[in-house]
Amino acid sequence: MSPLLEVDDLHVQFETEDGIVKAVDGVSFSVDRGKVLGIVGESGSGKSVSMLTVMGLSRARNATITGAARFDGQDLLKASNDDLRGVRGNDVAMIFQDPLSSLHPFYKVGKQLVEGIQSHQYMSKAQARQRAIEYLGMVGIPDPARRFDSYPHEFSGGMRQRAMIAMALVNEPRLLIADEPTTALDVTVQAQILDLIARLQRELDMAVVMITHDLGVVAEVTDAIAVMYAGRVVEYASTLDIFRSPEHPYTWGLLQSIPRLDRPRDEPLIPIPGRPPSLITLPTGCSFHPRCPYVQERHKQVDPRLEPLPDDPSHRVACLLTSDTRKRLWQELSAGKAPEEAREEVVEGGFT
Amino acid sequence: MSEPLVEVRDLYKHFPITKGILFQHQVAAVHAVDGVSFDVMRGEALGIVGETGCGKSTTARLITRLLEPTSGSVTYEGRDVTKLSRREFKPLRGEIQMIFQDPYSSLNPRKTVGSIIAEPYKIHRLKQGKGERKRAVQELMEQVGLNPEHFNRYPHEFSGGQRQRIGVARALALQPKLIIADEPVSALDVSIQAQILNLLKDLQRDLGITLVLIAHDLSVVKHMCDRVAVMYLGKVVEIAEGDTLYNHPRHPYTGALLSAVPVPDPDLAAAKRRQVLGGDLPSPTNPPPACRFNPRCPKAQELCRTDEPLLEPKQGGGLAACHFPLTDGEVAERVATADTA
Repeated sequence: MSPLLEVDDLHVQFETEDGIVKAVDGVSFSVDRGKVLGIVGESGSGKSVSMLTVMGLSRARNATITGAARFDGQDLLKASNDDLRGVRGNDVAMIFQDPLSSLHPFYKVGKQLVEGIQSHQYMSKAQARQRAIEYLGMVGIPDPARRFDSYPHEFSGGMRQRAMIAMALVNEPRLLIADEPTTALDVTVQAQILDLIARLQRELDMAVVMITHDLGVVAEVTDAIAVMYAGRVVEYASTLDIFRSPEHPYTWGLLQSIPRLDRPRDEPLIPIPGRPPSLITLPTGCSFHPRCPYVQERHKQVDPRLEPLPDDPSHRVACLLTSDTRKRLWQELSAGKAPEEAREEVVEGGFT
Repeated sequence: MSEPLVEVRDLYKHFPITKGILFQHQVAAVHAVDGVSFDVMRGEALGIVGETGCGKSTTARLITRLLEPTSGSVTYEGRDVTKLSRREFKPLRGEIQMIFQDPYSSLNPRKTVGSIIAEPYKIHRLKQGKGERKRAVQELMEQVGLNPEHFNRYPHEFSGGQRQRIGVARALALQPKLIIADEPVSALDVSIQAQILNLLKDLQRDLGITLVLIAHDLSVVKHMCDRVAVMYLGKVVEIAEGDTLYNHPRHPYTGALLSAVPVPDPDLAAAKRRQVLGGDLPSPTNPPPACRFNPRCPKAQELCRTDEPLLEPKQGGGLAACHFPLTDGEVAERVATADTA
């Protein structure tokens, strides 16, 4: 069975006054029915742009888009705007980060849901209203029949995000794209929303793409993870593999630089030095090389490709170190060695 | 860590909500901070955590006297700062410094980094010689990990993380005894957060500065702080040593907060039974009677709706304001911690 969504060698470039911004630079991934894919990366890594492009929302005059994004066999990148309108909000729905700016402040919440239903299905107003109320209730909005007539500003942040989710789900999409759905929310509300998405995903057998920078969130909800850096996927594997045996130095950096509740407090944080590169003038060779503790001369010229590991074809990494070296490095790092020590031990010890 | 540097007692801050234009009258009040008492010990790092609207930032602004309290006192080294006149308070401003959340809006875009960091010297008439001031600024830049040659650049030429370093350098200029950092890393990218946290931790240790860290991220606070206070709707509901709080929370709200934090470990995440708190944060204009957490609390009983619990020592934990504190058994069921890892 082919995957529900298959993104293949997606490139998105924007022409700006300062130069060409390579926002997405050759990204491929796929999501199966009923599975959850996490896309992890920092701001500017291209995670949001790639999904906006899949939805046809980055079609600006200055944008150049190549590659393919096949949803159930149909290439969304080649679809006309009219065709896309039939897909968006119907088969593929999206939840955005900021629920206040994604709801129209002039219209009642219920009316906005009804509009979403009626633009994709023939349904009387009364039926659509019934359905909207049903979905508002399903996402946990108390007294949905009364809340149907509320305006967005009368909702709290968590409730707005629920209303957004209800709006996204009301046509029972097969694919849900959630772009930082909980970043603007407090932890207790975040827990409510994550639980809700997980429950609905199971009940409706949806595929979900979850875009986030929070490794805790992806660990809880995803089946597979794509780690993005500077417009590319640098590591792509099952969630268990990403956390148990990560192979890209950037993934290691992310995992070791976050303070964690499940670790003792005196464990030091190991920051990733430097900062993400400009997408206009990307570093030569491996984009991560200026920040990588294990960089070698060759890495500054050769551009690594996302390649499967020799012993696990489902785990793909874009790194010029050999898989053996990487495994040994991660072993040293997990044992509490600093990156420099691990480098001396493994790389300069003649194992490359 | 023996004597308190700051003693906060019965601090209240109510923001009035008024109606009318000519004849304004108060119709209600936002109870932002509603009877808060705690000590900040000399040399410690105290964390204040809580969700949006719990009053943690207002508390910070009351300690630094950026806001005047409705009632209550803030005693700094034996003097009640809320009673001092502006002139009397001015020398203390140098000793109590603040680092803000947003490194974009907290730096004047029209000033060079050098003059931003030198601003405190100008106000307090210190380091008057030109060469002396420049040298001091460059030393500060060096200390926070900025290139001292960049003192003539403008804030927009720096990344978010570097800007936050500028804010730290400015806070250090007058050799403060107390730094209050309000969400210092929440606006930064994940890979940059650790850089700033490590910087703050090193400075705190090396210079013996007392740090009050305000954050909504419990993991950040756990990493940085010796003691942690948890706030809910304008009140401190629990305060304890870091390890005690994280391993033996006593207030059900603390327990719920801890269990809500997603853990970056798929095995733990699968094993953990998350306790999801129902409902929304009540309005601080009209907080629930007695225990403010009672409408959302899984353990609430009639007593919680009639009697307000006091912040008292609880068995096996720190101070908590709860009639029916959590037991270790309940905690083990709900919260994943280092012990269970």
